[in-house]
Amino acid sequence: MTRRVVITGVGAVTPLGVGARTLHQRWTAGACGIDDGEGACTDFDPTTVMSAKEARRSDRFTQLAVAACDEALGDAGWDSELPYAPERVGCVLGTGIGGIGTLEANHVTLLEQGPERVSPLAVPLMMSNAGAAALSMRHGLRGQVYGIVSACAAGAHAIGAAARMVTAGDADAVVTGGSEAALTPLARAAFASLDATSTSGISRPFDKRRDGFVMGEGAAVLVLEDAEKAAARGATVLGEVLGYGATSDAYHLTAPDPEGTGAAAAIRLALEDAGLEPGDIDYVNAHGTSTPLNDRSETAALKAALGARAHEIPVSSTKSAIGHLLGAAGAVEAAATVLALRDRVAPPTLGYGEPDEGLDLDYVPNAARPLTPRNGRPPVALSNSFGFGGHNAVLCLGGAS
Amino acid sequence: MPATVTAEQVETVVYDALVELGPTRDQLTRDATFESLDVDSLDLAELSQVVEEHFGVRLKGDDVAKIKTVGDALDLIIARAA
Repeated sequence: MTRRVVITGVGAVTPLGVGARTLHQRWTAGACGIDDGEGACTDFDPTTVMSAKEARRSDRFTQLAVAACDEALGDAGWDSELPYAPERVGCVLGTGIGGIGTLEANHVTLLEQGPERVSPLAVPLMMSNAGAAALSMRHGLRGQVYGIVSACAAGAHAIGAAARMVTAGDADAVVTGGSEAALTPLARAAFASLDATSTSGISRPFDKRRDGFVMGEGAAVLVLEDAEKAAARGATVLGEVLGYGATSDAYHLTAPDPEGTGAAAAIRLALEDAGLEPGDIDYVNAHGTSTPLNDRSETAALKAALGARAHEIPVSSTKSAIGHLLGAAGAVEAAATVLALRDRVAPPTLGYGEPDEGLDLDYVPNAARPLTPRNGRPPVALSNSFGFGGHNAVLCLGGAS
Repeated sequence: MPATVTAEQVETVVYDALVELGPTRDQLTRDATFESLDVDSLDLAELSQVVEEHFGVRLKGDDVAKIKTVGDALDLIIARAA
């Protein structure tokens, strides 16, 4: 990357509470936000960040994004005004499903009351770009603004696309991340009928007893800026997007390639993009869904891409603490990774008890561990995200110096 | 649908619906413009559904473009419902 891309603000709403630092601190301390088999954002009240009218005009996935964005922009010191020309600020927001709650409610109206009663707000609330549009309108972001849809890789793809927008010179800054609010009857039933979700209701990535993912909801937003311009305005730098790699398996609609070939290629691309070697990586934030297939193929991919170094790197899964936030996962995990790198800590994989054959990496079981940067420079991490459809997106993130 | 629709009934339904859409009750007067109440085309589309449900009167796109004030809306609905 010719232009460097720094991260100057993070915000999140997750099952561990409101706030990116809440997520970081609670996860690092070993807290789990999963209750009764789901990761719901029970602490989140949309009217704390928006008027009743704005809340009516937005699906829950947009409300979560708005809250995360307010926090991230405040963190970046953008709360009073944009530091750049509005046309030079973009917004790219990922989601897996968009406003499925709105879709389901309006379908009930259609069946029970007829087509005349379907809300005129149905389309603007359910469309998968609604979150990006809402952030653009709320903050006057007038550059490239769009949504990204790649199932559970969407949050990471969004950050990657946003970073590319900066390196290409198309924007001075991009507000990016992901959001999901799919704890709805249809989404629950649909994932369950695929046997994708856990019947035990326990998220324990890489453990032999893992039996599927636990659904969660939430959002994270990161502020990316051209490093030179951020320095010129005296911004506090939290971290850096060092590299990005994305590939597709072209293998199966839902199952990952068991060898992790496509995922390994994405990891290699991210490293190459960052100009780094496996030996430079200090931490891996795994996709780690707690499904039998993902955790096995992801382990294979890490070994294939990183070689012997894979066994020396702490690898942990945020999903052990909050469940799987689908299209928000990659963004929430990137935000958590940036704060972990800044604080020089590897957060734990919670619920880990029984090793599985062949899953023999250092999964940081149950307790956080200090992260010692190598080579006297800020620590570097990979954050993996993979989605149904065979989408692989890997971010290489650097901590603040 | 009632056999005869009174102005008071229309006003009650419209005011209740508008309060749901954002404005406070004390902002609602006949002379208040929808613009000043921050009631836009999407709100009017929702209002139109409520009106149709109660009075069987449909407000079309052309109608919505013409009505600027709360009074305009009340008069149009009362005239159509009569």
